[in-house]
Amino acid sequence: MADISANFLGIKSPNPFWLASAPPTDKKINVLRAFEAGWGGVVWKTLGSQVKNVSSRYSAVNYNGSKVMGLNNIELISDRPLELNLREIKECIKLFPDRAMIVSLMADNTREKWHELIAQVEDTGAHGIELNFGCPHGMTERGMGAVVGQDPEIARLVVEWVMEKATIPVITKLTPNVHSVVPTGKASVEAGSNALSLINTIQSVTGIDLDTFVPNPYVAGKSVFGGYCGPAVKPIALKMLATISQDPVTAKVPISGIGGVSTWKDAVEFMLLGATTVQVCTAVMKHGFRIVEDMCEGLNNWMDEKGFKTINDFIGKSVPHLTQWEELDINYHIVANIDQEKCIHCGLCYIACEDASHQSINLQYGDPYNNYTIKEEECVGCNLCKLICPVDNCITMVEQRKGPDYINWKEFQQRGLPLNDH
Amino acid sequence: MPIKNNRLTAEQYEQNFSDIHPPFDSRESALVEANRCLYCYDAPCTKSCPTSINIPKFIKQISTDNVKGSAHTILVSNIMGAGCSRVCPVEKLCEGACVYNLLEEPPIPIARLQRYSTEQAMEKQWKLFERKPATGKKVAIVGAGPAGLSCAHVLSRAGIDVTIYEKESQGGGLMTFGIAAYKVTPQFCEAEVNYITSIGGITIKYDQELGKNITLAELKNNYDAVYLGFGVGLARQLNIPGEELTGVVDAIRFIYDIRAGAYEQVPVGDKVAVIGMGMTAIDAATQAKRLGAKDVTLVYRRTQAEMPCTEVELDIAKLDGCRIMWLAAPATIKGENGKVTQLVCNLMQLGDPDASGRRSPVETGETFTLEVDMVIKAAGQIPFEELVSGNQIQHKQGKIVTQSNGATNIAGVFAGGDCVNGGKEVVDAVQAGKIGADAILKYLSL
Repeated sequence: MADISANFLGIKSPNPFWLASAPPTDKKINVLRAFEAGWGGVVWKTLGSQVKNVSSRYSAVNYNGSKVMGLNNIELISDRPLELNLREIKECIKLFPDRAMIVSLMADNTREKWHELIAQVEDTGAHGIELNFGCPHGMTERGMGAVVGQDPEIARLVVEWVMEKATIPVITKLTPNVHSVVPTGKASVEAGSNALSLINTIQSVTGIDLDTFVPNPYVAGKSVFGGYCGPAVKPIALKMLATISQDPVTAKVPISGIGGVSTWKDAVEFMLLGATTVQVCTAVMKHGFRIVEDMCEGLNNWMDEKGFKTINDFIGKSVPHLTQWEELDINYHIVANIDQEKCIHCGLCYIACEDASHQSINLQYGDPYNNYTIKEEECVGCNLCKLICPVDNCITMVEQRKGPDYINWKEFQQRGLPLNDH
Repeated sequence: MPIKNNRLTAEQYEQNFSDIHPPFDSRESALVEANRCLYCYDAPCTKSCPTSINIPKFIKQISTDNVKGSAHTILVSNIMGAGCSRVCPVEKLCEGACVYNLLEEPPIPIARLQRYSTEQAMEKQWKLFERKPATGKKVAIVGAGPAGLSCAHVLSRAGIDVTIYEKESQGGGLMTFGIAAYKVTPQFCEAEVNYITSIGGITIKYDQELGKNITLAELKNNYDAVYLGFGVGLARQLNIPGEELTGVVDAIRFIYDIRAGAYEQVPVGDKVAVIGMGMTAIDAATQAKRLGAKDVTLVYRRTQAEMPCTEVELDIAKLDGCRIMWLAAPATIKGENGKVTQLVCNLMQLGDPDASGRRSPVETGETFTLEVDMVIKAAGQIPFEELVSGNQIQHKQGKIVTQSNGATNIAGVFAGGDCVNGGKEVVDAVQAGKIGADAILKYLSL
């Protein structure tokens, strides 16, 4: 059995699975249920300014019958009394002392307000603070949330205020609603933030009611941009996480990865790109806290298979595999191969290649089953057919190097080798 | 051992003849299946449909909530798409070709999805087709069955006025009168005929039989072209002693009576033998059982490997409790007081392949006897040879000979469906009607 426990700046949790600051972590009753289910830690839903919520609050994107591929929300930070939240946080820590308790904060934008809030939170015995610089709706109009995270200098200033007061670890949560998360990440780390977490939700319009013409979620005939999350945002989150892991300044601090984590596999991917812990919300909003059971068991089994004893053995392991395009080996070449025994003759590879790629698949008409084969000399090795094929391992990509040596774009150009020759 | 009606309670009849393939309960359940469809290119299902319905497209349209478009996709290829979704032997057509079979997974329930779309089209009376401006041309069609209706609809869309002459008092042909009631009800068939003709430009004249109330010469004189789609009718005789006894009935007649009247009025024996193993034999046997017969035995002279019905149909009969006697050929029907009491069969064995390519049954010399009080003959139907030859139409044993476009030897007279092919599926007749209509349009230079 591998050891799946995490140690994040001294904050220990029995597993690296934390619940993100969101509705599942907004009160004692939920958080106790989460801990009972096995979650390693929670980031308590953001405390701070006084707010008032609207109804409705969520909308979703479904895809091919799969519900909530992406979830969008216009809910604000906690709308419960601050004292009640603080009391419940304290009670939860007492009942589950082995779990990580981080509290998300978003104070009114003055040094005093931040200091006041930090002191109150530290009194609860919480293990860490997460600064919400990312909420894309509702708070931005008041100079909070994403407005802070979108301007590195404002972020730097607020982090400095926080660090003056905080005695427990501080994690700065980054907004993805920027061209790059690195400048704000860097500014925050330079200002003293002990760690980073990302991503917060992405501004979105999930859809429009085709009868009323009102985008969703619907609030009395109107809607606003909301924050998008769930499986749909995972690839974007992974990319942003990777840029934080690549930057020499931000790479120095631990990272808590967020954005569409639904399974142990997703979590491992975030960790391979540098996250020490991951935070989950949408998957729990869809299925409840029970999903953590398989996350723990899946991670454990995978680590055993790979021979990893602790999560530190693989955190960041994929970062070196990301490079710049001009460093890629141009002599590497693969071509598709269709296993005729496995082929079910659906023709999806053919039509995709024919209409949208390189016309590299032969069609031999049959009744009712056509046969499909690869024109190897035409195939550019793009993967499209393999991605579309509904049968596992029916289409495989076979290596057929163009030359034995590694040659990258710069070298290729220098040698005056032929371009635009396909 | 009497043949009698009124064997069951109203509730039992209701249950026995309820829909054997119930529709989807909801949009959600249809979407689960629609979303499973891989949306194959040059799809095997479409290629296995005699009318070439663009199946991946109509299923995709269900999943995009474009059910109206879905219904149009179905009906533009097969105007009886609603009926076919209930009666087609899909296990040997579209669903049998579904690529999921190659993954050993259940195929997409294409028929049920087709029913989902077309049922809404009929319920909501969607007007999916518009007629082109009137051409002033008139075409007569004989027979308001699948071939005739399909032909009529294509012609009407092209701006031709069509008159259909139908010998029964209801349209639909064998769809209405020759198929088990648990697949389609007479009410459904009537609604489908009305939906097809709602395009306008199609008049059906009922109780008009060719050779009795009208002649081909009249039709040729009064119309610009004629399409013959009068099907087949007469049951093939067994030509064995005792065939004239009371209690020996023709399967088509038996099914017709079930469809035309009330279930409780149809008499059935205690012990019934059904001769044959085609779709009609199955429909007769299962319905005899469902009418309250105690024992029903299907008697077939070959083996399961040669049977014309599908495995799915055979399973329906088995689940209904029908017995199957393979390699049994009726030899004599015996009776007392003019009523059937026994069916004597020759026990057969398989010999060399015959003209159909199937191994032919050969007598072993052994016989056995079934105690029965009713014998239903379902050994195939024979064409209206007299009618065809009497009108100087070229034919082969009563089956009209046509070119591939449906043209007969008589200029301006076209034919299709069972009267040409001797008896195939509804979907084949629909396709024949489309082909005939296209040929007529060419003939009329339209």
